[in-house]
Amino acid sequence: MNVTVLDRKPDNSAQSHLGFIDCDVHPYVKGPNDFDPFLSKRWLEHKQTIGGRTRQGLAKTAMYPRMSPGTGMRMDAWTKTGGHPGSDLPLMQEQLLDLFGVAYGLLAPLVGGAGGERNVEFGSAMATAVNEWQLANWCDPDPRLLGAIQVNIEHTEAAIAEIEKRAGDRRFAQVNIPPRGLEPLGRRRYWPILEACAANNLPVSLHLGGTSGHASTGGGWPSFYHEEHPSYVQTMQTLVTSLVCEGVFEHIPNLKVVLVEGGFAWLPALCWRLDKHWKRLKAEVPHLTRSPSEYVHDHIWVTTQPIEEPERPQDMLATLEWIGPDRVMFSTDYPHWDQDDPRYAFKIPLPDDWKRKIYRDNARALYNLD
Amino acid sequence: MTRHVVAGVEEIPPGSRKIVTVKGREIGIFRIGDNFYGLINRCPHQGAPLCRGEIVSRLVAPTPGEYRLTRSGEMIRCPWHCWEFDIRTGQSLCDPKSVQARAFDVAVEQGTALVEGPFVAEAVQVTVEESYVVVTV
Repeated sequence: MNVTVLDRKPDNSAQSHLGFIDCDVHPYVKGPNDFDPFLSKRWLEHKQTIGGRTRQGLAKTAMYPRMSPGTGMRMDAWTKTGGHPGSDLPLMQEQLLDLFGVAYGLLAPLVGGAGGERNVEFGSAMATAVNEWQLANWCDPDPRLLGAIQVNIEHTEAAIAEIEKRAGDRRFAQVNIPPRGLEPLGRRRYWPILEACAANNLPVSLHLGGTSGHASTGGGWPSFYHEEHPSYVQTMQTLVTSLVCEGVFEHIPNLKVVLVEGGFAWLPALCWRLDKHWKRLKAEVPHLTRSPSEYVHDHIWVTTQPIEEPERPQDMLATLEWIGPDRVMFSTDYPHWDQDDPRYAFKIPLPDDWKRKIYRDNARALYNLD
Repeated sequence: MTRHVVAGVEEIPPGSRKIVTVKGREIGIFRIGDNFYGLINRCPHQGAPLCRGEIVSRLVAPTPGEYRLTRSGEMIRCPWHCWEFDIRTGQSLCDPKSVQARAFDVAVEQGTALVEGPFVAEAVQVTVEESYVVVTV
């Protein structure tokens, strides 16, 4: 049974959460035309007359609608005038950036539909537009916010061009790739894009969500959002397994991958399983010169939210130790309904050096921040 | 413990709530029918403003596929993680034995009784003709 949390005091020891780096912040649009200034006339007309072609069957809602309005928003994050959560910088500053003195917020835009667009030319144009929109509306007005380069990975040349165009611009911290693709991310067709990320010293962030058109679990479509939520873990497991087994980290030794919003407690068990079978199946994957768990530790970072809440809170410490406290980075997921508050997220106090790493130092090192 | 006049009865129609501040603490005053209840405006899970959530019913299913809507308008659903609490007691639905939001005693008093005191009514003008919501903190 879980411990009583009534009147639990926030973990303010050494103000450990203050000045943290938030590895998952969602900016939203104020309206459907926000990207228009960043589209060429050709693609603006396309958007206005034809529109997006996503890989899901439902229009204007998620595959698994949430209980909270706005497809899963924190209810106190709507603006006074009814503006969408995450669409208003002053409110984001009040509820997140200023409240906790956030040092940096890593943006994860889930808007624009660039990554999942079937018309890959339009998807690439939308990726460029969303990148410009991030700079104009978020990164330039508040330099604590760092952009994530959007690409459509089904258009290799355009994706690489976009990455190279943004490389060296310190307002961008990483490249966002949708975790649910047409094929597992480790397949060779995606290597040129991953190479471009590594060559430009940009970590790849895989933020859960979206749909590729495939069923969200290996066993078919689930009935409930309650089932869909853990299916994101399966997606993350597929990504890790694919990247490791295909030999991506052998081929691109400086590739860094961040798993965002997939939780992390599942990662040690996956590594144990991969290691066990690697000993038996080495002949099938002779390109793997090290154990899968070594590749994972050297190349993969995880963010915390939605943080696991083990029945025995102290089990969190062992879990973090198995992964390595140097590979875990704090994230809130503001302004989503299932966001974590840095004062309460961990149900057990962490050792001080782990706190520093998880709240600040790991992200600072990975993204090469001041 | 002191008693605080926080609203006139008419200010909080059935099914609605008012969030008040008493002794520096935000408290949600809820009205279910003609009864009033008080809950701290802070979710015991991660500190969200609990009382700003949706007022909902309690949905139960004795067996898969059989649904029953009970306790209409008697639950508050946290605006962040959707944990649900019994407005009358603060007891959580997810872990009723150990997770609870702090509840406060709330009573309705006539203005005539209140003028005799002792009570605190900083923000509410009390007249003998009306009824008032009084919370004990």
